[in-house]
Amino acid sequence: MIHQPIHTLADAYRRGDLTPTAVAEAYLARIDALDRRVRAYLTIVREQALAAARESERRWRAGTPRGPLDGAPIALKDVLCTRGVRTTAGSKILDTFVPPYDATVVERLRAAGAVILGKTNLDEFAMGSSTEHSGFHPTRNPWDLTRVPGGSSGGSAAAVAAGMAAGGFGTDTGGSIRQPAAFCGVVGMKPTYGRVSRYGVVALASSLDQVGPFAQDVTDAAHLLGAVAGHDRRDATSIPAPVPDYAAELAKGVAGLTLGLPDEYFIDGMDPDVERAVRAAIEVLKGLGARVESVSLPTTRHALAAYYVILPAEASSNLARYDGVKFGLRVSAHDLVGMESRTRAAGFGAEVKRRIMLGTYALSAGYYDAYYGKAQSVRTLVRREFAAAFARVDLIVAPTTPNVAFKLGEKEDPLSMYLNDVFTIPGNLSGITGVSVPCGFSVSGLPIGLQILGRPLDEARVLRAAYAYEQATSWRGRRPDLP
Amino acid sequence: MIDRKDVEHVARLTRLALTEEELERMREQLNSILTHLDTLRGVDTEGVEPTAHAVDLVNVMREDEVEPCLPQDSMLANAPDRSGELFRVPRIIEE
Amino acid sequence: MSAPAHYEVVIGLEVHAQLLTRSKMFCGCPTTFGAAPNSQTCPVCQGMPGVLPVVNKKAIELAMRTALAFGCRVNPACRFARKHYYYPDMPKNYQISQYEEPLAEEGRLEIDIDGASRTIGIQRLHLEEDVGKLVHEGTLETAQASLVDFNRSGVPLMETVSKPDLRSPEEAAAYLKAFRAVLVFLGVCDGNMEEGSLRCDANVSLRPRGSTTLGTKVEIKNLNSFRNVQRALEFEVKRQAQALDAGEGIRQETRLWEADRGYTRSMRSKEYAHDYRYFPEPDLVPLRIDSRWVDEIQAALPELPRARRQRFVAQYGLPGYDADVLTQSRALGDYYEAVLREPAPSAGADRPKIVSNWVMSELLRVLPGDDERAIATSPIPPRHLAGLLRLIDDGTISGKIAKDVFQKMFDSREDAATIVGREGLTQVADETALGAIVDSVMAANPKAIDDFKRGKTVAKKSLFGQVMKATGGKANPTLVDRLLEDKLAKIQR
Repeated sequence: MIHQPIHTLADAYRRGDLTPTAVAEAYLARIDALDRRVRAYLTIVREQALAAARESERRWRAGTPRGPLDGAPIALKDVLCTRGVRTTAGSKILDTFVPPYDATVVERLRAAGAVILGKTNLDEFAMGSSTEHSGFHPTRNPWDLTRVPGGSSGGSAAAVAAGMAAGGFGTDTGGSIRQPAAFCGVVGMKPTYGRVSRYGVVALASSLDQVGPFAQDVTDAAHLLGAVAGHDRRDATSIPAPVPDYAAELAKGVAGLTLGLPDEYFIDGMDPDVERAVRAAIEVLKGLGARVESVSLPTTRHALAAYYVILPAEASSNLARYDGVKFGLRVSAHDLVGMESRTRAAGFGAEVKRRIMLGTYALSAGYYDAYYGKAQSVRTLVRREFAAAFARVDLIVAPTTPNVAFKLGEKEDPLSMYLNDVFTIPGNLSGITGVSVPCGFSVSGLPIGLQILGRPLDEARVLRAAYAYEQATSWRGRRPDLP
Repeated sequence: MIDRKDVEHVARLTRLALTEEELERMREQLNSILTHLDTLRGVDTEGVEPTAHAVDLVNVMREDEVEPCLPQDSMLANAPDRSGELFRVPRIIEE
Repeated sequence: MSAPAHYEVVIGLEVHAQLLTRSKMFCGCPTTFGAAPNSQTCPVCQGMPGVLPVVNKKAIELAMRTALAFGCRVNPACRFARKHYYYPDMPKNYQISQYEEPLAEEGRLEIDIDGASRTIGIQRLHLEEDVGKLVHEGTLETAQASLVDFNRSGVPLMETVSKPDLRSPEEAAAYLKAFRAVLVFLGVCDGNMEEGSLRCDANVSLRPRGSTTLGTKVEIKNLNSFRNVQRALEFEVKRQAQALDAGEGIRQETRLWEADRGYTRSMRSKEYAHDYRYFPEPDLVPLRIDSRWVDEIQAALPELPRARRQRFVAQYGLPGYDADVLTQSRALGDYYEAVLREPAPSAGADRPKIVSNWVMSELLRVLPGDDERAIATSPIPPRHLAGLLRLIDDGTISGKIAKDVFQKMFDSREDAATIVGREGLTQVADETALGAIVDSVMAANPKAIDDFKRGKTVAKKSLFGQVMKATGGKANPTLVDRLLEDKLAKIQR
């Protein structure tokens, strides 16, 4: 029952071949056996999971399941606030924080009958691309335990890849869902900014953050997204548009669709295995009837710099509240400023401190226009270029990352780490949607991701293309070699 | 280029107690990152409006309706230090 | 105490007013004062991780109402920004406020000073969220710890910044009084300075008389009563004048008014404390305020007391004193005009003054005129007062009886006709019936008749009094007078 996609579990529950309780127990047992090595989880909620599974089982028995996610064991990145369950954002500063509220996403997943197994690891406050910069411990890539799973949502990606969750959720601020999905060989989707509520999601960069699913296949991704998408009155940036039935749209195929291929996404220094796999994937899509055109997104090369102004600026503001006054860590001192400064020094890791410093500097008197103001204008250019491209093509296809999963500790220099997100960041700056779907393996046996980007709110078409590709290839059957 | 004094100033602004080594390392790393970020200066953004949001929504508001608060004890439960119904912080020495 | 004659005082005021919404600026927690500490909070107003603000529409509209009353330009595009500084009463360590694109700009407020009128410019008006309340264990200087209550955190605040048009501490106090009156009149703020609903900071500078450039300004905080505004500014003006006279110069700084000790003292003097790092609040979307929305608020805007007073004099020919009294509250002015709108078929051109007299002498005898609620819920509604006046006009009751009826109306909440009918207070105006009473009074008072015949006209007054007494005061006095006149004339002949 491990490695069975959620939609097949639902079929088995309906037939009575499996029960949510048995599946939850199997997943919890596998976590017990495996997670000492992968270390995907920060918190496991065994009793709550089993209680939810028993409730689900009662509903399936009574013939009143709440939908395709009822009884699905899932993992949540530990930035999604869970009422009564500690939520750390991967930081020592929130080690003891127990939210008295659920994120809207969590509320909706509970309402859909999902069984939450636990909270997964991440780079502290989602700042990073490897999950090495967790305040607690690194997570390892199930395909090669000496390598990183990507990040920042590395815990959820690794859990789904290793069969320690049937599906999961992460957040994507600059690629933090798509990049780990590519590194771990699973499907990962960043919805349009505003499509999924951010309420109760520990904020990194508020204008960029978006919640999205990790899945074993595209069908599951459609179900997981469908369960959490849609307007939320508690999030003023939430888009009040109806949510299509994503799963129902999947089988429409790609015949007649025009795919844009951006020159700027094939750069010097990228892994040749990645380029080969992505170009082969585009051939598959052509074979399915899609047309491919070249598009130009020239501001891509400045997107990274704009992102590394906007993100630290917003993050420095969002993280100001962690001061030892109301919740979380406090390091005592005999005066207030001393207490706050020592609490933040002890509670935050090096990367978080670096970005807080950078962001504070970029917003400080005299530098706003040169950095934040400028970056927001560059962001306008990135948006315009995507809009112009999407006036000609239906979707844009590209690699998710320039390379495959790297070794733990390999990227010491912050700048070389930042370069990992060069293909995913433009999607966040412009607010569009995108998915990473497995499209092969490197010579060394590491997964590669194909990124499909779509117009704002065009998740259905993005998923449809990903599904067509997935059904035409056999990558989704491959699992990491773990006992 | 930002110097040691700038780094100290920014650390004070954002309430981070940094050690001597951290301050020095931070100065080096920030300069290296800022050198990269300065490539932005080369982008022609004359007359380009800044984008603050990726969504084009305006006038998102709620009606003036009272909703239940959270119980006092659950709002105080995470306090690192408290005195009865109040959050407690060390004494404030004005700067 | 005023500044030495060789300096001109330049003052601008920043007033923070709590808006009268039911719920907070960005969450649904109530805004009521005086609840148990931290019992009116939620994750949003305590700044917990991941929670998001949503704008209270009523707060925007109350601020728009105020802006329009001050004649401000309401900006068609405005947005919120984050203002950063660390303080433990501010849960997020940033305040959601407005910076580059405030709600409204460029208005004015008329104040009266020494019997003359002055126009003070209003620079900007914007919205922000209030912070929590900090109390110290002991005094701030000796406290080992401070305690925080977040109930007030997130209450909507409207900040209004005046132009540096005020020229003396007295003017500053007059501005604050006029400002408060407008806000209370508009129903946007309760104006309660003791509870902190209205708070004031001032920017003060001095310059040599005749100079047009501004001197170095000092910000004074904690001016939380009219008296304190004036006292603190007087102290500060004197302090600055002495410093300038001694050639010391003024340091740009923030000073705190210590009301108990009667002086201002320096606080937060290091420059970096003022690096607020504003940037557009990414959790909120911009506001687009189109002319339709502005018109809607404008149309619902009540007439301000000043304008109403002028209109009462011009339109109704009332004396200035009457207009002052009648416009002391919105409800009283409304009451007065509501009475005037009621039908009055036989009333003359002096009706506005007559109604004014009744309101001033009778209504305000039983109700406080500045109490909006008391007037608005008066046991005698305008319709009932108008009904009473109609009974006088058509001769049903006398003015004297009417005053008794007024008190009965107040006590019972009944209308005048009901009381007059039930208690038989109608004037006797039937000539035959009254003639018979006059005859019997004359028959019973032969001595008075004799006196009259001998030319003692005062005897007629005595007879008149007897008739009124016999009718319990209900006889129409004019008619009684005429009947007596006729009948006495006959006797004489």
